[in-house]
Amino acid sequence: MAPLLSVRDLRTWFDEEHLTAKAVDGVSFDLGRGETLGIVGESGSGKSVTNLSIMRLVPSPPGRVVSGEIVFDGRDLLTLPAEEMRHIRGRRIAMIFQDPMTSLNPFMRVSQQLMEVTRLHLGHSRSEAHEHAVHMLETVGIPDARRRVDGYPHEFSGGMRQRVMIAMALSCKPELLIADEPTTALDVTIQAQILELIKTLKQDTGTSVIMITHDLGVVAGMTDRILVMYAGRIVESAPTSELFERPSNPYTAGLLRSVPDPTDDSHAPLYQIPGLPPDVARLPPGCPFAPRCARAETICREQFPPFVQLAPQHHSLCHFAVELYESGTIAAAPAGRTPSDDDAENQ
Amino acid sequence: MEKVTIVPEVAGTEPVVGTSLWRDAYKRLKKNRLAVLGFMVVCIIVLASAVGPWIIQQTTGYTYDYIPTDPALVTSQPPFTAPDGSFAWTHPMGTDDAGRDILARVLLGGRISLMVGVISTLVSLIIGIAVGATAGYLGGRVDEAIMRFVDVLYSIPYMMVVIVLLAFFGGRSPISQLFLLFIALGAVSWLTMARIVRGQVMSLKSQEFILAARATGVPAARIILRHLVPNTLGPVIVYATLTIPSVMLLESFLSFLGLGVQAPLASWGSLSADGIQNIAVFPWQLICPGLTMAVTLFSLNFLGDGLRDALDPQMRKG
Repeated sequence: MAPLLSVRDLRTWFDEEHLTAKAVDGVSFDLGRGETLGIVGESGSGKSVTNLSIMRLVPSPPGRVVSGEIVFDGRDLLTLPAEEMRHIRGRRIAMIFQDPMTSLNPFMRVSQQLMEVTRLHLGHSRSEAHEHAVHMLETVGIPDARRRVDGYPHEFSGGMRQRVMIAMALSCKPELLIADEPTTALDVTIQAQILELIKTLKQDTGTSVIMITHDLGVVAGMTDRILVMYAGRIVESAPTSELFERPSNPYTAGLLRSVPDPTDDSHAPLYQIPGLPPDVARLPPGCPFAPRCARAETICREQFPPFVQLAPQHHSLCHFAVELYESGTIAAAPAGRTPSDDDAENQ
Repeated sequence: MEKVTIVPEVAGTEPVVGTSLWRDAYKRLKKNRLAVLGFMVVCIIVLASAVGPWIIQQTTGYTYDYIPTDPALVTSQPPFTAPDGSFAWTHPMGTDDAGRDILARVLLGGRISLMVGVISTLVSLIIGIAVGATAGYLGGRVDEAIMRFVDVLYSIPYMMVVIVLLAFFGGRSPISQLFLLFIALGAVSWLTMARIVRGQVMSLKSQEFILAARATGVPAARIILRHLVPNTLGPVIVYATLTIPSVMLLESFLSFLGLGVQAPLASWGSLSADGIQNIAVFPWQLICPGLTMAVTLFSLNFLGDGLRDALDPQMRKG
């Protein structure tokens, strides 16, 4: 079956004064129906811009999609007329944002904001939409939904607002849900609840999900596949369990080592990748990760690495990808840490 | 399950679901005594202007343009004075040269002055919000073009524009003159409003709830009207309440020059202009309309200041 979403060689650049920041530079991936894809990377790695490009919401100027194809259910979103794109947003592709404190309009009742979506896309009447809003709030687990639905956003806590955002995103039963760091702004206990909620709703509705995060722990328990992004490119893509077991890119390995392990009693300082992410407007000629990479050799600084296929679903952007894959032991995760542990953590 | 935040129940203060930010602002406004006083004075003056002339007509028979038929009464009497010099309630503000009741004229003038203030401000509000929100939301070249146009208009002395407009098109009838005044004053005072709204919209545009609205496929016009404009209303209301007195002042200035309201209609400005000619002999002809106007403008300014404090975004609770 054709994938629901197929991104091919997407390049989204931002024009700065004299330079061009290549925020996304040649990203390709597929997403099947009902599949959950995790996109992981540091700030500025291009994960959010990738998804804004899918929604065609990249601020322009200065941003522009230079090339590529985003085929959603057989149609290229990048060439769609603006009006048709508007009908896809919210109706077939929905988005959840990072900060629930600012993603609801403070001057509109929650009910009005929920109703706006369904009245727009499903042609609901006022009363139908209101009923649907109550139903959606109940679905996302807001107690006393009928009374609270007419409240204002400032009367809801952060976790509750994120639930409202999820309710809003799911009210038209979209085929694709993009969650852009949905738990970053929430505290840990609420994080787990929200992730659990997204997981349950996904199972109930069969929606495909793209989960953007910089926290590997978040994606471990709920994604089928993971893309690791660095400096606007995909540096590794693999099924979740394989990525955790056999990370074949030094950057992925570094990310995995920097996840704190609560079972570790050694009191050793937590590993961190040295250096800072590069400025995507001034990339070095070779591998963008080379300056921070422990494995880097001369070739890394001079030649751009190939995107090596290691297994049917496993690719890595590294000169030494095969070597790393074969050795399989660059001590990715700290000892004793496996994906199943992460699973347990997120339950 | 997530816990519901339960506000501890104090007797009688049940948490109300659906308290808007406006209600919070109203609470803060009520604490500001000067603003409340200003609000009350404004209300009284509005009410008096609305029904006052009718009451005077019912009790004394005087209207704003009634000139007594008895030649003995066609003379300016001081406040609270009967023709024979004794105390009387008939004319609390006295009469003018033609024997017309000044109170009736001041109240009618109040109607016109307030109407000029409110309607011209509304005109400037509509133009300013439309232009400012469009420029701010669309940004880029459209914004650049619109705002440079506004800058050009800023540089033209607005008084000249109004005077030219009024002198050129005015004078057909008192009513058409009045409409021209509304439009002329509105047309010169929308510039600052447009800048304020644009600034607000630009800072709101980058907020996530606007992105969220776009991501749910809300059309641009609807985003501007339903999401952006209501969020700019705080500063806009404050500026509007402060625009009303400044427009009223402008109107009285024009009327004072003889360009504004035409006889037999009157505004506080034209009444003052009439009064100043006789200031040495009949001071009440100037003092009465002038004082009424000063009190009203003071009150409106106090109210505007109070609203600014109440709606200040920095004081708003997250």
